[in-house]
Amino acid sequence: MIETLQNLALGFSVALSPGVLWYGFIGCLVGTLVGVLPGVGPLAGISLLLPATFGLDATRALVMLAGIYYGAMYGGSTTSILMRIPGEAASVMTCIDGYAMARKGRAGPALTIAAVGSYVAGTVSVLALMVLAPPLASFALRFGPPEYFSLLLLGLLVLAYMNTGSMLRGLAMAALGLLLGMIGIDQMSGHFRFAYGVPELGDGIGVVPVAVGLFGLAEILLTAGMANPPAVIKPRLRDLLPSRQEWRDANWPIWRGTVLGFLIGIIPGSAHVISTFVSYAVERKLSRHPEMFGQGAVAGVAGPESANNAATSGAFVPMLALGVPGVPVAALLLAAMMVHGVTPGPMLITSDPRLFWGFIASMYVGNVILLILNLPLVGLFVNLLRVPYPILYPTILVCSVLGVYAVNGSVVDVWIMLATGVLGYVLRKLEFETAPIVLGLVLAPMMELSLRQSLAMSAGRYDIFVTRPISVALLAVGAVLVALALRPIVSRTLDWRARLPVESAPSVETESPVRRVGPP
Amino acid sequence: MLTIDRAAGAALVLIGLVTLWEGRQYPLGTLQRPGAGYMPAVLALVLIALGLLLAAMGARGPRLSAVRWHEWRHAVAIFAACGFAAWGLDRLGYRLTIAAVMLFLLGALERRGIVVTVVMAVAVAWGSFFLFDTFLRVPLPRGPFGL
Repeated sequence: MIETLQNLALGFSVALSPGVLWYGFIGCLVGTLVGVLPGVGPLAGISLLLPATFGLDATRALVMLAGIYYGAMYGGSTTSILMRIPGEAASVMTCIDGYAMARKGRAGPALTIAAVGSYVAGTVSVLALMVLAPPLASFALRFGPPEYFSLLLLGLLVLAYMNTGSMLRGLAMAALGLLLGMIGIDQMSGHFRFAYGVPELGDGIGVVPVAVGLFGLAEILLTAGMANPPAVIKPRLRDLLPSRQEWRDANWPIWRGTVLGFLIGIIPGSAHVISTFVSYAVERKLSRHPEMFGQGAVAGVAGPESANNAATSGAFVPMLALGVPGVPVAALLLAAMMVHGVTPGPMLITSDPRLFWGFIASMYVGNVILLILNLPLVGLFVNLLRVPYPILYPTILVCSVLGVYAVNGSVVDVWIMLATGVLGYVLRKLEFETAPIVLGLVLAPMMELSLRQSLAMSAGRYDIFVTRPISVALLAVGAVLVALALRPIVSRTLDWRARLPVESAPSVETESPVRRVGPP
Repeated sequence: MLTIDRAAGAALVLIGLVTLWEGRQYPLGTLQRPGAGYMPAVLALVLIALGLLLAAMGARGPRLSAVRWHEWRHAVAIFAACGFAAWGLDRLGYRLTIAAVMLFLLGALERRGIVVTVVMAVAVAWGSFFLFDTFLRVPLPRGPFGL
């Protein structure tokens, strides 16, 4: 415990140094803007700004990028409450009661409760991250190639299971991503695979152009032709404070959302979206007035908002402890670490304690910055939404092209962004989730290498995966998930996904930007 | 009836088959010692199996024809602008390419006023160049006359 506190003190000495603090502030500010603007999620925001961190040292770069991530999670609530437009997918549940509160003249309290809930969840979950990550990293040192292969396989199965569409669709998208990850030089034999004479493909397809294409460009292609956006409800600063009853109503949902969000965040997949759904469902179940949900229930804002911010920290646990990304944003952060010469994985805590603990401490600091930013400046952020979208999206598009080009200084990446943008547009139209593609792309080389190393270790015997305890345990969990996914098909009943909001095209078959959302 | 799942399943099967065909030039190795073509072949087979399952189980899903593509004109124009940007970056340089893209999107596609269009095009092209190339030292391509 004392060692942890000493490490945390080291972290704060890094996080509070003027240079790191400044970039943390910039990250939080940009992240909030990214969250406020519909169509630019945290993934696209980080992808676009990754090249801007190339001139920084690894700690500043990572702190800034992480600031964008949780800043976007904070900012997403603003548009949900004031416009019923979720800035990003995890804010969908906040739309229901947040917008209902705004229509009753309680927009200010809704924003305050969302910000305070996010702050509490963010701070408490960083504490949990700090306690959990080091022992998990020590445990991960026992992992060899078979355990890593089983872990990666489990990660993909969990991702597909937690997918808001069907597991089959999730698995298909993950397989597509894995296949894209096969492009480039084979690490064991040196064969140049599926490169068609393009030398830039030697290192494989980059995660940044694919992420910007699937999330940023696809969103622009979907929304640029939309009709007029809905009106903005603008709260006054003096109306921000909730009443005593509203505070009381928000108290326990914030704590429950924090615990739920963190635990769900550790699991790979669309953790933010799932955590908000689960939190909303739990609050409605526990409420004395479930009929108020959908009509402006405070708990319907406090719970999901806390859950999605706690899930942000939870998602960092496998990334920092194991070097395995659970969500696409973590994959981008891992890519950023590698660009800056940092090797992610269980050795990071001992090999680079300043970076690790500085990063953890910066999250505490970031939560305070976000609380300060989100309440007094909410009016300023809302004014951004008054910029007409036909003027805004060309600028976002230029940033996408610039961000993708700047990573390697290659137009091949821009072409890849274009191709994946069209793919993402079509898939979103057809209501397929695209996040598994990005994760598959990142995990493919790791998975192939660990499979072939495992077989080399066992002289070609596949039972190596079921004779080692950690590996067999991971595979068993994967098998249980597959069985759970098959159960509704066999029993011909609807499974839990049928009630989930899907991150899908905003204009398909409905005029509302929020789809398939309603009190479950 | 052509449902979304059936169409998607067919597309996945096609991608899997193309991968198998294109991957035949890489050594498969053996089950015990996989070669460079092993993993792509396994993944292609998995994709084909998933595509077939999706198509087989997707008979009751929503029809493909129910999907509305009303924003397709905008999407095609934006796609063309991005294609031009990819083509022009190394040939015309960053600033001229981006200015042309902005002029097209704001002036031709969105029908904004000439002043707004020109001001935005110049501000975004030159402003972002200054921020990234000059200030952050991320090298961006220059075209004719050093632009």
